[in-house]
Amino acid sequence: MNNIIAERNKRYNKYVDSVSPKSGTAKSLWNSFWVGGLTCMIGQAIFDLYGLAFPNLTEQMLGNITSMTIVTIAILFTGLGFYDVIGRKGGAGSFLPITGFANAMSSASMEFKTEGLIFGTSTKLFTVVGPVVVNGIVWSTVAGLIRLLFGGF
Amino acid sequence: MSVVFSYLLTYLIVFGVGGFVCSLGQTLIIKTKLTPARILVIFLILGIILEGLGVYKYIFEFAKSGISVPIVGFGASLARGSIQMAKSVGFIGAFAGGLIQTAYGVGVAVVASYLVTLIFSPRSK
Repeated sequence: MNNIIAERNKRYNKYVDSVSPKSGTAKSLWNSFWVGGLTCMIGQAIFDLYGLAFPNLTEQMLGNITSMTIVTIAILFTGLGFYDVIGRKGGAGSFLPITGFANAMSSASMEFKTEGLIFGTSTKLFTVVGPVVVNGIVWSTVAGLIRLLFGGF
Repeated sequence: MSVVFSYLLTYLIVFGVGGFVCSLGQTLIIKTKLTPARILVIFLILGIILEGLGVYKYIFEFAKSGISVPIVGFGASLARGSIQMAKSVGFIGAFAGGLIQTAYGVGVAVVASYLVTLIFSPRSK
């Protein structure tokens, strides 16, 4: 009896394997490579254009307005529904750049719009990016304290 | 001519390094059962460690946006702010520096997300 059940489970697992979509390792790696690379190149292009337009700004400030720009574009794309297309194709290439961080934030906030602006949008805004913000603050503070104690090495 | 060539080289490096970082993340997705949120945190902490060790600025000089646009750059900014404030203000500066350094990006992300939510409605899947 047990044998029959084991046999059936084996057949079922084989069936699930054959039906579930294959991610195609090489292809998904290449997609994440070019989507991520292209996102970085667009960031560099915006940085260079701002550098030409505002030659008085420091590199630090240029970096700030560049990330503000690409974050805004990514959130606008999320609102218009374009980012889903990028996300489906790019995998890690779409969520690892800072644009993916912005997309995760805005899509969570949009998804819970129906529950109201306070208890929906405002509470759920950080559901996906919360771990990034919390770990970022904690470990960067640790890094600052360690460097304060042990100086620059 | 040489200016055009140096721009071309920079963009090629940005594409290559940025793509390489993202394909590392994709490798983690394929080989392990890690969720995207965990991979984001891993790369963020990688950025904090690189900045904490003082290595990040050399990578940035070479790779520019290729390393600063991925979440690694966000982690490095947080750590850089915290380290700088710890040195200029002292002990309490370490707690504020990271947020101050990244406030532009995070601020605009929250405000833009809120505005986009007001304007657009989510599509039914």
